[in-house]
Amino acid sequence: MTDLGSGARPLRVAIIGAGPAGFYVAEHLLRRSDLAVDVDMFDRLPTPFGLVRAGVAPDHQKIKAVTAAFDKIAGHPRFRFFGGVELGKHVDVADLRAHYHQIVYTTGAQTDRRMGIPGEDLPGSHPATEFVAWYNGHPDYPDLQFDLSQERVAVVGVGNVAIDVARILSRTPEELEKTDIADHALEALRASRVREVYLLGRRGAAQAAFTNPEIKELGELADADVVVKPEEVALDELSRESLDKSGDRAGLKKVEILQAYAQRPAGTRPRRLVIRFLVSPVALLDNGGAVGGIRLVRNRLVASETGTIQAKATDQFEELSAGLVFRSVGYRGVPLPGVPFDEKWGVVLNEKGRVLDPDTAAVRRGEYTAGWIKRGATGVIGTNKPDAAETVQAMTEDLAAGHTLAPAEPDAATLERLIQQRQPQVVSYTDWLWLNEIEVERGRARGRPRVKFTRVDDMLAALGNRGPR
Amino acid sequence: MTIASILATKGNKVVTIRPEQSIRDALRVLAEHNIGALVAVDPGLRPVGILSERDVVRAAVRDESVFGLTVSQLMTRDVIVGVPGDDLAAVGHTMIQRHIRHLPVVEGGKLIGMVSIGDVVKAQRDHFQGEVDTLQTIVMERGN
Repeated sequence: MTDLGSGARPLRVAIIGAGPAGFYVAEHLLRRSDLAVDVDMFDRLPTPFGLVRAGVAPDHQKIKAVTAAFDKIAGHPRFRFFGGVELGKHVDVADLRAHYHQIVYTTGAQTDRRMGIPGEDLPGSHPATEFVAWYNGHPDYPDLQFDLSQERVAVVGVGNVAIDVARILSRTPEELEKTDIADHALEALRASRVREVYLLGRRGAAQAAFTNPEIKELGELADADVVVKPEEVALDELSRESLDKSGDRAGLKKVEILQAYAQRPAGTRPRRLVIRFLVSPVALLDNGGAVGGIRLVRNRLVASETGTIQAKATDQFEELSAGLVFRSVGYRGVPLPGVPFDEKWGVVLNEKGRVLDPDTAAVRRGEYTAGWIKRGATGVIGTNKPDAAETVQAMTEDLAAGHTLAPAEPDAATLERLIQQRQPQVVSYTDWLWLNEIEVERGRARGRPRVKFTRVDDMLAALGNRGPR
Repeated sequence: MTIASILATKGNKVVTIRPEQSIRDALRVLAEHNIGALVAVDPGLRPVGILSERDVVRAAVRDESVFGLTVSQLMTRDVIVGVPGDDLAAVGHTMIQRHIRHLPVVEGGKLIGMVSIGDVVKAQRDHFQGEVDTLQTIVMERGN
């Protein structure tokens, strides 16, 4: 049985999760000229692209353009998409093992890390991920309510997601109208009374996770003045030394941009976007049953043994009133039914992409992982490409060594029948392209990149209305 | 990017040795796991030293009976350790500057993993490759 992977007996691979990591795994597999691979990609949503659709900010359409590359991958004759099919609900790992030689989990980091402070669950305190999913039209979240009648909002964290949230809150309706932000979010933000948005960073300006293009964009908003305290962005000795030693020019530039903001004269725009550094929330304050503010401790910077600049709390505290709080302090994966999960790192337990048994630490034959559920939530979209390559390398090595699953029914048609039976409303890639056309068409009429479907029922209705398939 | 993202794909496996074990034992463990260094730990899993293949090679030049020595006789006691939240850029710089090829990672004083200079270089290379790829996508879209 050495002919597995040949045209007569293609390697059958299931990819669970249609985000960038899943597509990059598919790409690395399908472009092998020496290998015939059938790739079936599953997603619990009818729509593909994961966080490119539901995470990347609507005013960053150029980043979303990466989907053109995914369309090309999906156009491969050996690629199939099964949208609206959920692991643990419509199929389980045993089903996959019965139909595939290899299974790859690429479900990403779907939840947020908690701050672990008192008051975190008060009404008015939300994970930034939910706000992001809501304004991006993720079908799990269209009915969420955020109290945008509040004048001051605090965003805990200074990563790119925190920046996205602050920027979307600070944009004018006219700016947002040009994006593909979900209609429900556009209407809610149109009525927003938010006047001040605070971004709160634990460490100093030089250590902030946001990138320079993002921070520069904040200084160019039509309706919001960016405000920075000069003393919080003055370069301390430790940070200067660390930037010098590592030759980190981007880090120096970041500090320069922020220092330039600190020198700006007081603006007259109707909104203020305040970026604070060297503060950590220690509690959210209760104001009549809802969040009324944040108690902050001021931090100072110290260097660890390895030279990492860390925040250490001082004994100085301050209070910041805010009626709406978003936490954006990191993300973690959620366990998949029947798949080993590492609670500590919030990932599928793995070694270079090979899934491990949690008890014996032995490799689980035929099971792999890639992307954020493999290594944690770090890096940009493109980082998933080398990451997926590592996983595919392991997959092809194992194939060569004969270490694959031995499915009872390794054929495409049997699987398709099973899915039709378990989830008659399965959405194919052709279906998705149809939905995409409708979204783009609706957007064209309003001068927007697209108007998104935000409910699964609406998507299925639109597909049902197009006549015979 | 932090040390945590490297440890996440290493399956939580840390190969250790006890300081009273022999160099023969240590070499067997190194060969068995195809690795270049071992962390010596006390019964509480706290690192007390690190033994690298170099330490053994250097000793073998001087002393034919190196196999019978104990790990504690050859290990480096002054171990620099990292924590999961350490920034990879800083870690990489420190490792290069101080000629450290293996960095034990501790949490609450206990050994939880090990990163090699190769791990750090690979993680940074992937990170930069990813950024280049993403930027290229954006730039090419702009040209359209």
